[in-house]
Amino acid sequence: FLINRTCVFQPPPAKYGGQHTVTLIPGDGIGPELLNHVREVFRFSCVPVDFEVVNVNSSRADEDDINNAITAIRRNGVALKGNIETNHTMPPSFKSRNNLMRTSLDLYANMMHCQSLPGVQTRHKNIDIIIIRENTEGEYSSLEHESVSGVVESLKIITRLNSLRIADYAFRLAREKGRRRVTAVHKANIMKLGDGLFLQCCREVASGYPDITFDSMIVDNTTMQLVCKPQQFDVMVMPNLYGNVVSNVCAGLVGGPGLVPGANYGRDYAMFETATRNTGKSIANKNIANPTAMLLASCLLLDHLKLHEYATTIRNAILTTMNETRLHTPDIGGQGTTSEVVQSIMNIIQKTGPRTVAYY
Amino acid sequence: VDSQVTCPWRSNLVRPRKHIKNCYATYSPFQATSSVEIIMFLFNLQELAGEMVLMFSLFSVSTKAPIQWEERSVTAIKGPSGRWMIPPEAKESMDKSKIGLKGPLKTPIAAGHPSMNLLLRKTFDLYANVRPCASIEGYKTPYDDVNLVTIRENTEGEYSGIEHVIVNGVVQSIKLITEKASKRIAEYAFEYARNNQRISVTAVHKANIMRMSDGLFLRKCREVAENYKDIKFTEMYLDTVCLNMVQDPTQFDVLVMPNLYGDILSDLCAGLIGGLGVTPSGNIGANGVAIFESVHGTAPDIAGKDLANPTALLLSAVMMLRHMGLHGYAKKIEMACFDTIRDKKVLTKDLGGNSKCSEFTNEICRRVQDMD
Repeated sequence: FLINRTCVFQPPPAKYGGQHTVTLIPGDGIGPELLNHVREVFRFSCVPVDFEVVNVNSSRADEDDINNAITAIRRNGVALKGNIETNHTMPPSFKSRNNLMRTSLDLYANMMHCQSLPGVQTRHKNIDIIIIRENTEGEYSSLEHESVSGVVESLKIITRLNSLRIADYAFRLAREKGRRRVTAVHKANIMKLGDGLFLQCCREVASGYPDITFDSMIVDNTTMQLVCKPQQFDVMVMPNLYGNVVSNVCAGLVGGPGLVPGANYGRDYAMFETATRNTGKSIANKNIANPTAMLLASCLLLDHLKLHEYATTIRNAILTTMNETRLHTPDIGGQGTTSEVVQSIMNIIQKTGPRTVAYY
Repeated sequence: VDSQVTCPWRSNLVRPRKHIKNCYATYSPFQATSSVEIIMFLFNLQELAGEMVLMFSLFSVSTKAPIQWEERSVTAIKGPSGRWMIPPEAKESMDKSKIGLKGPLKTPIAAGHPSMNLLLRKTFDLYANVRPCASIEGYKTPYDDVNLVTIRENTEGEYSGIEHVIVNGVVQSIKLITEKASKRIAEYAFEYARNNQRISVTAVHKANIMRMSDGLFLRKCREVAENYKDIKFTEMYLDTVCLNMVQDPTQFDVLVMPNLYGDILSDLCAGLIGGLGVTPSGNIGANGVAIFESVHGTAPDIAGKDLANPTALLLSAVMMLRHMGLHGYAKKIEMACFDTIRDKKVLTKDLGGNSKCSEFTNEICRRVQDMD
């Protein structure tokens, strides 16, 4: 099963004119405004990327919208998206749109890199954790039934194939990035068969990577260690739900949901978004959202498309802007606005970057 | 964990929170009878707990609390039907006294019997696990001003233990949510909030993904909230709670949730205040049964060497006293304990000091006696 695939997935080749086409799904809440800023920055920096915008209406009950989006992503191979809200008062047959996309496109690995940014004040310093989360199965299989009235069963599925796949991804990524240690997060003392299988698969894969240390930790202990001493972690791999918890804890540790980008990789497709997948309804359209996460996600996108110079330029501009406290948005304790931050980023790109268009 | 960092992210809301005098009070349906002696129950299994037994004997003597301890072992034995159960003497004593205090228990890996903690929970139907987390003055962590309570459903959810291998390589675990258990835990949470002057209850769920199961839990919480209009009810996704908890834990008050989320979140909150060595915990069951325990491990490497930190068990005992209505004694012991930690003169190793367990305990006893 373990085919020799390189960790760096081959992006689709650029189309006629050297332009890549990327599917853009605005989503809800702060998604549309942040993605507009991304487009602005890309246009300003003359990045050879065209966006194909596909709107998904979260309040519609039928699945046409999301199927269009999925087809567009299959066509283009890469996507950048905002989070689509799930109205949980809808009946259970209405599946979460985000989840549907991930499972249909088999984006099995969610990667999130949490790094302490020098300009942002946090309680913990020097955090540098890569979190790899299984993205398609586990508790998110959406298989539920009410066997007797008042008793609901929800199934959590763990398969050997997916566990091996995600473990393999984790170890290859760790080796590629020169990481020393991979920690598997589980709850195998309680869910002996399910998480036991996951752990066993991780151990099997670990035996093929003797240069990387492998250990495991139970999820409740992990969260406790994360708030006491997060510097001890290097790369972490885990099933879906624990990944949700741990990634949110880590995002909180480095400064909040507005700072961390996330990437979903599959065998053939890749999708980039903010790591904590928040809709941010309460701060939508107020010009106070933090554009950093989405912009850093777009840099990951550029790296995936092998447009490394553009990625580096934009990333450096973002990090330089982060050092200025007066430009911090309210979520990290400042009073700046989104447009000020984006403007500052574009100014820095103009000074340091190769070529930009006039900003009007 | 020493530096105090200024917190620009601290929420700017001015919460109209009443001054919480004792966050360790629990809902107590159990009233002390007129007779002075109330029979207590102490589980004793490992040497570490043995030291604590000694400590508690010292305690009862010095504070003159009207408590009589009965020690019982809870190592699982195989009953006549072939099923594993706790020893009948233990069960009998517990049924009589209804209140228990438990030291750490360890289930050996190849023991052949299920987890003993699980067995206890099933035998006495301990449906609510209450863990109050409040920052301890004198024990510095990056988080100050934590003052919240996690109430976790203890019997079902992801820990139902029902797992199957469907085909080779595919495993399914079943998460069970029932209406009855959800209603029970929601009612307990609101009662607790009301009896302890708490302002809000937050239900933690993941109903966007697990629509039916967490949806049922949430619906029950909403229904129960209707009967408690004086308490503010909010609902929040698990990931949002984790995110916000790590940035600003002051925005949370009482959290109620199903089993797995409760496990993770209660340990997260314990980590915020300094770890399992200082966190008390109580398991409340039906029919007024309650077992209070320290949730840390058995620490076999320091067992019997008088090095253990008894704070967790002590604070659990304080919770227990409050549950029984003995508020005076509870307050004295709690204040003595906090004063000792704040003074930093006599502290056990994990709190940053050099003293032995007995020295620490004696110091607390001395303070209690000074208060009388």
